[in-house]
Amino acid sequence: MKKILILGGGTAGTMMANKLRKNLPLTAWEIKVLDKDEIHYYQPGFLFIPFGIYQPEDVVRDKKDFFSKGIDFEIAEAAKIVGEENKILLKDGSAISYDILIIATGAQVVPEETPELKGELWYKDIFDFYTYEGSTKLAKKLENWEGGKLVINLAETIIKCPVAPLEFTFLADAYFTEKGMRDKVEITYVTPLSGAFTKPKATKMLSQLLAEKKVNVVPDFYLQRVDNERKVLVSYDDKEVPFDLLVSIPVNKGADVIANSHMGDEDGLNFVPTDKQSLQSQQFKNIFVIGDATNVPASKAGSVAHFEAEVLTDNILNYIKGLPFEEKFDGHSNCFIETGFGKAALIDFNYTTEPLPGKFPLAGIGPMELLKESRINHMGKLAFKWIYWHMLLTGKTLPVSTAMSMTGKEVEEEVLV
Amino acid sequence: METILSAPLLATNEEGYLKNYTEWTEEWACAIAAEHNIDLTAKHWEVLQWLRAKQAEGVALSLRKVGNSGIVDIKQLYALFPGGPLKISSKIAGIPKPASCI
Ligand SMILES: Cc1cc2nc3c(=O)[nH]c(=O)nc-3n(C[C@H](O)[C@H](O)[C@H](O)COP(=O)(O)OP(=O)(O)OC[C@H]3O[C@@H](n4cnc5c(N)ncnc54)[C@H](O)[C@@H]3O)c2cc1C
Repeated sequence: MKKILILGGGTAGTMMANKLRKNLPLTAWEIKVLDKDEIHYYQPGFLFIPFGIYQPEDVVRDKKDFFSKGIDFEIAEAAKIVGEENKILLKDGSAISYDILIIATGAQVVPEETPELKGELWYKDIFDFYTYEGSTKLAKKLENWEGGKLVINLAETIIKCPVAPLEFTFLADAYFTEKGMRDKVEITYVTPLSGAFTKPKATKMLSQLLAEKKVNVVPDFYLQRVDNERKVLVSYDDKEVPFDLLVSIPVNKGADVIANSHMGDEDGLNFVPTDKQSLQSQQFKNIFVIGDATNVPASKAGSVAHFEAEVLTDNILNYIKGLPFEEKFDGHSNCFIETGFGKAALIDFNYTTEPLPGKFPLAGIGPMELLKESRINHMGKLAFKWIYWHMLLTGKTLPVSTAMSMTGKEVEEEVLV
Repeated sequence: METILSAPLLATNEEGYLKNYTEWTEEWACAIAAEHNIDLTAKHWEVLQWLRAKQAEGVALSLRKVGNSGIVDIKQLYALFPGGPLKISSKIAGIPKPASCI
């Protein structure tokens, strides 16, 4: 009997377990999933909790309920991966060996990386919304907040769901407007990027939206520390931004087990060097990496993990048969961007094609608008929760192609100079 | 000004980044540095060489990686290349503008 061990039973690990189980005989392959935590959080829902749009109970389920028959799910924390010996060590010192290892340990926020971010004001006037605890505490804070300077800050450029901070900003504008107190709140978006987003066309569209919603943008601001006493953000080049309420997206890092195993890349952020097309680890041939845990230059998003899972399933099946990899991950990413007041925008892109305007065909639901606000996009965003629990995790095929398609996208004629 | 005039004319993109990083020369680097009011010291050169070596290895660069290089920390990099440390140092090093991942 051979064994596939999946480290991490979150979005990507759960999908991979279910997909592989369908394709591998029970008599020849054992599939084991290990996670340190029993609860599966629907992380995209963390965005809506601070504004009372989702309740905390909407985003929690039992991890064990999402694995199909024939998958062995165990709660335990891995302390170290020993790739040379094809085994992992658990916190309690015991070892689990494998023939194939899939690393799906995700990304976590680490406020401790930034001096004084997790200081006196943490969960008083400084919050994150990337965790269950942060988003639920922020909901309570917003309920009674009387207004002032609201600052949204990204401490790093590599974060999961890179559009979530913008969505939070748009929803905050709508929330305070609907509460009749928008005039009492000054909203400032402080980012280490040179603009609202990294890709030119999307940045232009999103910057216009921020301006329409009267949000100040402070670009090129790389956070060094937080001054709790004076309530200011301080950058590496000594710029300062004052706040009354800070919503921080702390530095995102891969799991601690990656650092303990010396398997992270040179950024020191514990993301695993991974071949961006095959998703094989660059260090060990029988280790594959998926989801937020990789260092591939694609968004860290559930939709990306889904497209990766389609490719990785085929690649692992080929690997088992001793055949070369046939499927290549193209960096496909598909993200709804909530823009407030019941609307959303949609972006669809990959490693080489930036988000473009146009229409996005979706079988059975109808065309969505790309790079433009619409109500149907917002319906799509809300429908994602149902799709996530009922289709994505269980490994069903979604009505979206794995490779990015140019159908519906408007390409400008290249201007020749 | 003399350095700028004597800078070899190399093909750059619309943002001034060298199209082919193998064409890079030290004179060119000095000229571009001068455009940004930077006098290149030994420390600057060390950073520039490190950036070029990483580019040759195919490593995607970030401020954090330079900060972990052992040559400078992030604060010192800001002092060496004020304004946009990674963007400006990359330009002078003749390597492409760093694409921050999303
Ligand atoms: C606020 C927010 C909004 C988002 N919005 C969207 C959205 O709209 N659309 C979208 O597509 N994506 C969105 N995402 C991103 C999406 O949630 C993630 O990209 C996705 O969950 C990644 O899946 P993963 O399996 O790689 O990691 P995770 O789902 O985080 O799973 C990692 C698992 O590994 C386990 N683990 C870690 N270390 C160990 C260890 N040592 N031993 C055992 N187990 C371990 C963890 O307990 C966890 O269960 C959002 C994320 C956030 C935070």
